[in-house]
Amino acid sequence: MTDTGRSYLHVPEPSFRPGDKPTFDEMIIPQAGAVRRPPVDVHPDDIQDLARTIIRVMSSDNEAVGEWAASLTDEEALEGLKDMMRLRTMDARLLRAQRQGKTSFYMQALGEEAVACAFQKALEPGDMNFPTYRQQGLLITSGYPMTSMMNQIFSNSQDPMKGRQLGNLYSSKEHGFFSISGNLATQFVQAVGWAMASAIEGNDRVGVGWIGDGSTAEGDFHAGLVFASTYQPPCVLNIVNNQWAISTYQGIARGNAATFASKGLAFGLPSLRVDGNDYLAVHAVAKWAIERARKRLGPTLIEYVTYREGAHSTSDDPSAYRPKDEADGWPLGDPIERLKGYLIAKGVWSEDRHAQMASQIEDEVAAAQRESEAIGTLLEGDKPGPRDMFEDVYEEMPPHLREQFAQSLKEAGEG
Amino acid sequence: MSVEIMMPALSPTMEEGTLSKWLVKEGDTVSSGDVIAEIETDKATMEVEAVDEGTIAKILVEAGTENVKVNSVIAMLAEDGEDADSVEAPSSQPAETKSDDDDAEPAPEVQDEVAEDAAGPKPDFKPSNDPEIPEGTSFKENTIRDALRDAMAEEMRRDESVFVMGEEVAQYQGAYKVTRGLLDEFGDKRVVDTPITEHGFAGLGVGAAFGKLKPIVEFMTFNFAMQAIDQIINSAAKTLYMSGGQMGCSIVFRGPNGAASRVGAQHSQDYSAWYAHVPGLKVVAPYDAADAKGLLKAAIRDPNPVVFLEHELLYGETFDVPDLEDWVLPIGKAKVRREGTDVTLVAHSRMVGFALEAAEQLSKAGFSAEVIDLRSLRPLDTGTVVESVKKTNRLVCCEEGWRYMGVGAEIVATVIDEAFDYLDAPPARVHQADVPLPYAANLEALSLPGTEDIVKAAKAVCEGI
Repeated sequence: MTDTGRSYLHVPEPSFRPGDKPTFDEMIIPQAGAVRRPPVDVHPDDIQDLARTIIRVMSSDNEAVGEWAASLTDEEALEGLKDMMRLRTMDARLLRAQRQGKTSFYMQALGEEAVACAFQKALEPGDMNFPTYRQQGLLITSGYPMTSMMNQIFSNSQDPMKGRQLGNLYSSKEHGFFSISGNLATQFVQAVGWAMASAIEGNDRVGVGWIGDGSTAEGDFHAGLVFASTYQPPCVLNIVNNQWAISTYQGIARGNAATFASKGLAFGLPSLRVDGNDYLAVHAVAKWAIERARKRLGPTLIEYVTYREGAHSTSDDPSAYRPKDEADGWPLGDPIERLKGYLIAKGVWSEDRHAQMASQIEDEVAAAQRESEAIGTLLEGDKPGPRDMFEDVYEEMPPHLREQFAQSLKEAGEG
Repeated sequence: MSVEIMMPALSPTMEEGTLSKWLVKEGDTVSSGDVIAEIETDKATMEVEAVDEGTIAKILVEAGTENVKVNSVIAMLAEDGEDADSVEAPSSQPAETKSDDDDAEPAPEVQDEVAEDAAGPKPDFKPSNDPEIPEGTSFKENTIRDALRDAMAEEMRRDESVFVMGEEVAQYQGAYKVTRGLLDEFGDKRVVDTPITEHGFAGLGVGAAFGKLKPIVEFMTFNFAMQAIDQIINSAAKTLYMSGGQMGCSIVFRGPNGAASRVGAQHSQDYSAWYAHVPGLKVVAPYDAADAKGLLKAAIRDPNPVVFLEHELLYGETFDVPDLEDWVLPIGKAKVRREGTDVTLVAHSRMVGFALEAAEQLSKAGFSAEVIDLRSLRPLDTGTVVESVKKTNRLVCCEEGWRYMGVGAEIVATVIDEAFDYLDAPPARVHQADVPLPYAANLEALSLPGTEDIVKAAKAVCEGI
């Protein structure tokens, strides 16, 4: 920007923009089963290659192959399929509810259901997730009631957050789901801190940090890696690389690093990269990392390679920045279709039973939605009251808030 | 039972849109999830999906209709077993509303110096030090969003060292479309998409300013600038001082501040008092489009770091802007937006609109309120406020943020210092409830200050109750 020469600032650009024909030919995808499974007490230096490949279990022939296979029974895999279907069905219904004005905002996990659903399957009660806004699959898998999620989405009088928090930003201590921060990345370093507390107390509970590809650019991500590396607390640090941070493609945050997982190598952390749309692979890698943490062998960094099929949120329109059919070309397929194909090939599932299950889940989710809407939505029904607004600012309500509370009751005609 | 299909909203701040296309016609059968129509707003296009199964009984809003209000009924669906022909449109259905008679919008009585206003008191006040608007100047209607964009574009044309950076500013045209068109005109070396690291790119901007460029750093919202506050305060604001005057930092930090609609506690904070507290910074918070444009141009030219606080809920509001080649306003001068004799209402940013509405209501109740738009919080034009209180003898300070250590506290203290003997009543403050802003729509409204709160406070001050 001086008159002495041309600007040569480098700004990375995605390969395809709206109107282009997208391909993912440049992505190097190893065969399922091709990547070895090291022992959990391996030295991080000996597995640096695992940060630059993709660990996969389900083959194109719908078989589970290689050393990472068989971490789940057929019954558990079927439960996983059901979890993902419930999540997708709930997302679709709540997205439509937002379009009808019943809530003001929604974020779906379309296309990346396997990441949270399979990870949660590998955790135990007492462990704690520090999630982002796209890990509602953790709650679905851990058995958090769908009506509770919907009551929060609709901010009705039964909202467990009492009308104070955005719909998608759930909290359930009991289900190992820490309150989500709306501001990116803050929870990543907190997960490391929580795990340090676990180590100081001498117990084996695992802290789990979650972050998206885009927000790895935040300082909190790097601070989290510093402390994980230094204090070796029992934690698993998850990067969900779904290719897009609103309109910004993953290369803007990744920069010149080969992969997001490889950012852990300089910190001496075991860093693995896994097919995020392969339920079996996600579970196997999660189990490996959680076992390491529980055996006091230290933290693990995992990158899940997946694709955000939907819009970032209900306020976003992806057709402005990426080709409309980009999702169709995504080479790692759809997580639900792939697990379904595997279970059918194994002979424990069928198209008929799948269709029956889909319709049963549709009914179950619709019933939950009816129950929740009957209590109230943004448009009508019972809402949280003034008490909900003034309580919990402090453990004990201070005098000036008591005054404001009394005043608001008077104005609401309840005093 | 027939089901009403309503105009959907992309986001809580969307109020209307264009129904661009119907993909079904009357008599068609639809299933839940089928795309039935397309709508457009200035930000995006969106597909409308059927929620329920049934037959499209009536289409109430034709394709191509503009300004269709959110939640107005656009079609009727007959459900299973129902005769589609017998479905009737809801009776009091305003399918289309012209925006010019929209009474849901705040209709501030902007006392523009050149505008005729038959209803209000004739303003003979001349705002101090605003540039003279030459006789015969025409005014152009503009939204605040576009006025801000015009200010940046004009300054980028004028000075090659000016550039804008932030999240989503280039390809996406800004999260709130404030940078619309800038990438096309100036290219990706001067309109720079950054990785998501507010602390990082604020620091980068400070460094670029030390390197003699003039960065405009856009925060998607000021809530996210919490990360960057160390760079803004400890570096941008103090380096000129700490370097013995050698190294200054000419930079603008801008973006939406304060509450939007239903984005919860972490995304709805008013940082006016936070930044105004800091020596070395200038802090600007305009209300209308002319001020937004004139003050942003001044901020970009200012050799000091300027925190420029916009308001998401004002971006789409339209105001007159003087059609002048170079409209630049002085930073640090308040504006009397309505003259009055009984009470002084002091406000900034969105609260100015509420104060003007309150003044209108008060006038009907027999009280004459003077409305002062602070425009700039640092420097703070206390002179204009003090002179006004000497005339009205009563003061109400209005701000969207919390009362504790707030903007109102500073103004009240100054007035007590400089005009104590003129006060006929203790000054009042209107503000948000002292809680993090709740998400639920009803609690959000209960927590935030508005016109009614100002009217009530002003009457209490005037009547001594």
